[in-house]
Amino acid sequence: MFRRLVSSPLTVFGFLVVFILVITALFAPLIATHSPTEVNIVNKLQPPSQEHIFGTDEVGRDIFSRIVHGTRISLKIGFLVVILSFPVGTILGAIAGYFGGIVDQFIMRTTDIFLSFPGIILAMSIAAALGPSIENVLLALVIVWWPWYTRIVRSSVLAIKNAEFIESARALGANPFRILFKEILPNSIAPASIQASLDFGFVILAAAGLSFIGLGAQPPSPEWGAMLSSSREILREAWWAATFPGLAILFTVLGFNLLGDGLRDILDPKQR
Amino acid sequence: MGAIRFIVKRLILMLPILLGITILTFFISNTIPGDPARLILGPKATPEGIERLREEMGLNDPIYVQYGKYMYGLVQGDFGKSTYSQQAVSEDLKRYFPATFELTLFSMFLTVLIGIPFGIISANKKDKIPDQITRFMALTGVAMPAFWLGIILLLFFYLKIGILPGGGRIDSWVSPPEAITGMYTIDSLLTGNWEALKSSLIHLILPGFTQAAVTIGMITRMTRSSMLEVLRSDYIRTAYAKGGSENRVLYGHALQNGMMPILTLMGMTFGHALGGSVLVESVFSWPGLGRYAVNAINYLDFPAVMGVTILIAVLFITVNLIIDILYHVIDPRLKYE
Amino acid sequence: MTLLEIKNLKQHFPISKGFLSEKKYVKAVDGVSFTLNKGETLGIVGESGCGKSSLGRSILRLAEPTSGEIKFKGQDILKFNRKQMKNIRKDMQIVFQDPYASLNPRSTIRSILEAPLKIHGIGNREERMKLIESLVEKIGIRKDQLDNYPHEFSGGQRQRIGIARALTLNPDLIIADEPVSALDVSVQSQVLNLFVELQKEFNLSYIFISHDLSVVQHISDRVAVMYLGKIVELAHVDQLYQNPLHPYTKSLLSALPIPDPSQKRERIILEGDLPSPINPPTGCAFHTRCPVATSDCRTETPALREKQFGHWAACIYV
Repeated sequence: MFRRLVSSPLTVFGFLVVFILVITALFAPLIATHSPTEVNIVNKLQPPSQEHIFGTDEVGRDIFSRIVHGTRISLKIGFLVVILSFPVGTILGAIAGYFGGIVDQFIMRTTDIFLSFPGIILAMSIAAALGPSIENVLLALVIVWWPWYTRIVRSSVLAIKNAEFIESARALGANPFRILFKEILPNSIAPASIQASLDFGFVILAAAGLSFIGLGAQPPSPEWGAMLSSSREILREAWWAATFPGLAILFTVLGFNLLGDGLRDILDPKQR
Repeated sequence: MGAIRFIVKRLILMLPILLGITILTFFISNTIPGDPARLILGPKATPEGIERLREEMGLNDPIYVQYGKYMYGLVQGDFGKSTYSQQAVSEDLKRYFPATFELTLFSMFLTVLIGIPFGIISANKKDKIPDQITRFMALTGVAMPAFWLGIILLLFFYLKIGILPGGGRIDSWVSPPEAITGMYTIDSLLTGNWEALKSSLIHLILPGFTQAAVTIGMITRMTRSSMLEVLRSDYIRTAYAKGGSENRVLYGHALQNGMMPILTLMGMTFGHALGGSVLVESVFSWPGLGRYAVNAINYLDFPAVMGVTILIAVLFITVNLIIDILYHVIDPRLKYE
Repeated sequence: MTLLEIKNLKQHFPISKGFLSEKKYVKAVDGVSFTLNKGETLGIVGESGCGKSSLGRSILRLAEPTSGEIKFKGQDILKFNRKQMKNIRKDMQIVFQDPYASLNPRSTIRSILEAPLKIHGIGNREERMKLIESLVEKIGIRKDQLDNYPHEFSGGQRQRIGIARALTLNPDLIIADEPVSALDVSVQSQVLNLFVELQKEFNLSYIFISHDLSVVQHISDRVAVMYLGKIVELAHVDQLYQNPLHPYTKSLLSALPIPDPSQKRERIILEGDLPSPINPPTGCAFHTRCPVATSDCRTETPALREKQFGHWAACIYV
């Protein structure tokens, strides 16, 4: 497995990016060269230099340090949204697939409704109803995300639910709960977990987008989307204020995607 | 079963989804923290005034009565009144929808025009240099924050070299074409207004490409994997063995069969483009639904946000329905079941 | 002593064709009756699709039968509630065809064999391990292989593990559904012999389902032949193989190789395919392919009758 991982340079690149991101998030105060929130009007709109490698913004804050601290916010959202929506979606999908009938109909029609909205639009209206804050964006994204896992898990459960080892467990008198959690789930969770690893990046992207339109993190938070949003007013004077936070988002999403793609190739060679 | 019966059946199956959409949106609108009446009247309102407005707005009715009223309005196209513009939301939607639809159509056009050929080239040259480059570009596209790409393109093409406009749908000195569809490019074509056509096309370029960057990446990847599957099959080898030229085999035989999964993805891509419009429009001051929604969010204008949400969801499932029908038309193996 | 008595068992699966159109059924098992004595082996043979596997599954209520009676140790288990059913499952077990699909790929052999004991709350950990270890010894798996995963074993070994799992609860009845047909011929006889040895040691009764006539001949005391959800012939193994009565059984047996080359037997080749179980032919379901069918066979449904002592057949011309 390790050899196959190394043989794909893109996967290695993705792995490195994610590794650097995690280190950055863990040790943000040590890596940042300045305070992420300290205003220093005298120093405003400085282009990149040795002192401020990504320049400074409209109130003189060091953009590099803000991006470093922003890593924490983005990774936390990506992690929390996936970790909260994954079990909900997985369990509902397993129940729908295994029990079938009315339960299946109810769960799957519900996911149909959620999936008939473009994700970002539904998240937007939920977050708007709850009021702008990063916690509400997190909640909105969880509400939007779970149905995907439900669909994936349901179809993998359907594929194995009539396998002989499941029938054997029933013949032994195992209760449905045991069959679902001990026999079915361990054998049908792989495709959904690959999707989850890809989703880290997409969640971060969506959260940044919602912050960009004013729904998520509020200034002066060093959240990347919010930074981009306020950079628009100084676009003419300071190209760096817009460029670097966006690159941070791009590399983060790309890193997680490459890693997820690589994992899929390794775990599920049919997809290649 | 005939095509008509199939379409009717699909339309009937759409009804519960539509009902679900209204229940979900109604549920969301009812979670707004705080009292909408208090919000409207402001901090100086008297308790009696608030109570009167609550009664007027029907907020004291039981929840199912409120939903009934909400539905009664919706089926008549009444999305409520925008608390910011003080106009009927339906009027606002009518005004802003053509702009969004035009932008989305244009970006989908770019997506198909660029994404599918690149996917085919990538599959045909699998693991060679062109494939590696295309794959990396597609991956970057999928990971691209469109709202950032828009800003960077503005920075370069508008602020630095100044060859493209910085936003809006048409130059201020050009009068918009006579409204027929509400889409400037199509209306100016229909009325033969070449000046307006040129101006509106130029304004479409940056937002169109920005919005298409992500979907081009998605379509390229899908086309590649779908074509790879097809190219491995025996009938393609046979076509080559019979001496068919590369282009004929690729674009004739292979694409025809690789098209199916691509078509399905187009529906999803369309939804993605519609959703993306919220972000892209606000970067380019594009006067469409997205920018309207973002403004509404900033003014806590909730009926407007819900109006956009419902309209986009309905549009999204309609497009998917059309694709579903097309799918059956193209693939003779699928019977109308 | 009778262990199991099946009366007029039916297993019809609905196939939904969307709303508006009428409901249709696959009559996988369509009125099957037989008895099984303690310590006896009943073989069930038939082409694939004849309903023999569905029969096995519905006897264990793995698929709920449509109607009929299943008397196990004198009680109709179709009337059992969940709790009674769980309890009786200890006494009736199943061994599956595919040794690659019948063991959970993500469990060790130890936990696969311990699961039945845990489910029924038998013994403490130590006692369970003792039981498992003595059991694997009997089936020819070493104690130190217990913590391996299924993919580390050969097909024959896995099938032995599947048999061991069925034995952990010390059942009276084992339904073996094509238990050797996925194995190499050389391994088949070893596994068959294991079945025979275990039967003697634990006084087991078997319902042995197979499409392979020689395998069934080797292991069975009595044999039932199934065609389109019905038993068409049922007799002691020697009676059935030496003196088949039903034309279908005759045609099946005519395909068997004869050990003595000097003997000649006419090969009866059936025309046409197995009819669809959704729309089985009227009258005798076999009449579409029967070499001796007459117009009466199209209208009259033959019952399974005792034609000779202990020899039952469903054909109006026998």
